[in-house]
Amino acid sequence: MTNKIYKVKAMTGGTAAAEFLRQAEPDVMAVYPITPQTPIVETFAKMKANGKVLTEIIQVESEHSAMSAAIGASAGGVRSVTATSSQGLALMHEMLYIASGLRLPVFMYVSARALSAPINIHGEHGDVMGSRDAGWIQIFSENAQEVYDNSFIAMKLSERVKIPAMVIMDGFHTSHTVERMNVQDDKTTKKFLGDYKPEKSLFDFKDPTSFGFLALQNSYFDFKIEQAEAFKEALAEYKKITSEFKITFGKSYDYFEKYKLEGAEYAIVIAGSASGTAKEAVDKLRSQGKKVGLLKIKLFRPFPYDNLAQALKSMKGIAVLDRAISLGAYPPIYSDVVNALRSADCGLPVSSYIYGLGGSDILQDEIENVFEDLIKWKFSKEIKYLK
Amino acid sequence: MVFLARGGQGAKSATEILAQAGVLEGKFVKAFPDFGPERSGAPIKTYLRISQKEIRTSEPIKNPDVLVVLDETILKSDEILKNIISNKDGIILINSKKSPREIISKTTGLNGKIYTIDASGLAMKIIGKPNPNVVILGYLIKITEIVKISNVIKVFEGIFNEKIGEELTKKNILAMEKAYDSI
Repeated sequence: MTNKIYKVKAMTGGTAAAEFLRQAEPDVMAVYPITPQTPIVETFAKMKANGKVLTEIIQVESEHSAMSAAIGASAGGVRSVTATSSQGLALMHEMLYIASGLRLPVFMYVSARALSAPINIHGEHGDVMGSRDAGWIQIFSENAQEVYDNSFIAMKLSERVKIPAMVIMDGFHTSHTVERMNVQDDKTTKKFLGDYKPEKSLFDFKDPTSFGFLALQNSYFDFKIEQAEAFKEALAEYKKITSEFKITFGKSYDYFEKYKLEGAEYAIVIAGSASGTAKEAVDKLRSQGKKVGLLKIKLFRPFPYDNLAQALKSMKGIAVLDRAISLGAYPPIYSDVVNALRSADCGLPVSSYIYGLGGSDILQDEIENVFEDLIKWKFSKEIKYLK
Repeated sequence: MVFLARGGQGAKSATEILAQAGVLEGKFVKAFPDFGPERSGAPIKTYLRISQKEIRTSEPIKNPDVLVVLDETILKSDEILKNIISNKDGIILINSKKSPREIISKTTGLNGKIYTIDASGLAMKIIGKPNPNVVILGYLIKITEIVKISNVIKVFEGIFNEKIGEELTKKNILAMEKAYDSI
């Protein structure tokens, strides 16, 4: 039965994340402060201080240690989480591969932010894009509600396929913006998540297991293939878990959100908080009779190539808007979209735009102009900058 | 709405309180600062949208229906005003001892109906601290009726009873009510 007992609250993406953590009540949370992740840990630490959760909070001396502690706890067979941003995620980089290679379902929030140099504390996707090959599930959120909802899907998926997961919110634009959202009741959320029962644990003395042994030419390759297979499984399981989510909470989520793609000829592909502004642009142009639509990326790793190609192949042209720069190459989402279309033998023209680096604003007018470019058939191989 | 203030004057709290009160009334909200490093004394800008409909845009607000200025010296800064096209049908509320007429004569590019209130002075008198935000909130609610003052008080108590104690919270609410009743 669909859950109708929810509370309407005003929350930021950061407090929405902490609210999820209160309900999930992980056994361990490893913390190290960095802006703009701060409201997550700050709010959760208050919950702990007020006796609302029993979670053991481990204060460490760096993000590298935070991820190490989360990995240790997870190998010990318990639910472990952490949260970070930018330089923190970069410092964790080495340990991200350890978590995924050991097949530990560590759960992490990333309040996505620009990377130094030059120093910038504001929102963009450069940090999480740097982790896209690290063997983690990555899910983008548009607003506080999605941060909260995606957390349920990510944690459950992560534990089912034994791949660590990061739920991504745009630093400041989502992490610090107060919005109206629905919070589900504790009982239903706990039931949905269930207890975490690890397949293997360091503390299972009846069935002792080694974590992190040496694997050379005779087996390393096979381990990596196994991880790749697990990602295929994750794609299928994501679908199942979103169905379970719909049954429990009454809300439909897919690999991505299709907004007015039906009957559209030109589409923008975008991820994160700017999607809302882009939807306003779609509505305005639609009201002028222009056939435009939007595809919002949610599940980014694993990337749903086939489904995405199916959703876009009937368009006449596409623009991909990335909030990250891949120096010396096309940006990440653009590259994946082009690959998806290519593997479906679809030769649509696709333009690449980069926007909002270092937290710079993206305006509705600018997004409307991208659509106008598509309609006027102004495609080019050059990456364009919306700034 | 756009709030112009200096770090530490409580503009961020004011917009968040209004947002929370809006949600209590079943409205949709988005409240966010124009994100810069937050330092005491530096000019800051915060945005608030309140609507009966879902708010999707995360654009900064450039032509606000209501512009609230918590520190009039900010009006001298072209940098902070340059991205605000003030709306001729809009409302501008300024924390100042001066009259609206005096303010207009010294500032270029301000359109709309201008109100002034000596919020810092009133706060000093009632609360004993020159924090203008609660006084401004009271006055703002009176002239815009954007949310009910009872809901703002409820949200305020919820946040501040624990943070600053019941006595100081009461004084703040009294200042808010005084401003609300002053028109």
